[in-house]
Amino acid sequence: MNTHAHVEEAHGASVGTNIAIWVGLVAITGLEVFLAYEELQPTVMLTVLVVLSVVKAGMIMSYFMHLKYEKFSLVLWLVPAMIFCIMMMFIFFFPEAFRLLQMRPH
Amino acid sequence: MESAWSGGGSPFAMGSKKLGMWLFIVSDTLTFSALLIVYSYSRITNPDWPRPFPIHPAIIFSTTMTVVLLASSLTMVMAVMAAQRNDRKKTVMWMVATMIGGLLFTGLHLTEWFNMITKEHFTITGNPEGTPLFGAVFFGITGLHMTHVMIGVIYLGIVAVGYGRGKFSAEDVEVNGLYWHFVDLVWMFVFPLIYLMSVKY
Repeated sequence: MNTHAHVEEAHGASVGTNIAIWVGLVAITGLEVFLAYEELQPTVMLTVLVVLSVVKAGMIMSYFMHLKYEKFSLVLWLVPAMIFCIMMMFIFFFPEAFRLLQMRPH
Repeated sequence: MESAWSGGGSPFAMGSKKLGMWLFIVSDTLTFSALLIVYSYSRITNPDWPRPFPIHPAIIFSTTMTVVLLASSLTMVMAVMAAQRNDRKKTVMWMVATMIGGLLFTGLHLTEWFNMITKEHFTITGNPEGTPLFGAVFFGITGLHMTHVMIGVIYLGIVAVGYGRGKFSAEDVEVNGLYWHFVDLVWMFVFPLIYLMSVKY
């Protein structure tokens, strides 16, 4: 049994890279708040915010959570299954959402 | 060399605790995704969905909360790096800094809740500006996230004490870090979708 084996291999990014990622995350948050201030169309705003949030999630997972430095098989094991489950929720969401949009009181 | 897939080894080259935490994170991601999809359903079916957050003070306040939580993620990164160098003193110091960030976030969040409930009369069952569903969704999602933050602070406290005494290893700190970054990651979706999509102009 070697459950603690290879732990020392999990070396991450340097301090400088992590700080750069952090500055990037704060900058994207600032951009999101600026867009809210600019009063964009709700659909444009939603699309932009979701894209920026996915980018931020990717940065956090890759660097802060070290996923970039783990075995790629772990990424293949976790990420596609997660995306698949979220997509399944969305597949049911869209037709229902349009139906409900028609039915809602105006 | 033993094949990674022959059993008894660790196919992802990591300890069982870290792998377990990753599995928990995947399941918790789906919990939050489901809640955010519930929010989308509720919002699309209700034309009178309230937009209770003016840029000043609500959005400025929640942006401050976001930056505090992000800052606590950076201190957690520092804690994990210090633990990998076996620097116990610095690790505990950075973990305490992370706990302070978490407590500050919770304090700010509770202040916001308190103001919304007492001054603006937004409760879990109703509000003066539109559908009562808003309260259930808002307090449900942000409340579940805040619970995660509070559990994270307790978890950090336990691991910091244990690591400081030599009872826990650097891997335990790293697994704790995964949880903390995940809580931060969830907020990266909650903040834009709940707050920035409901700005009062």
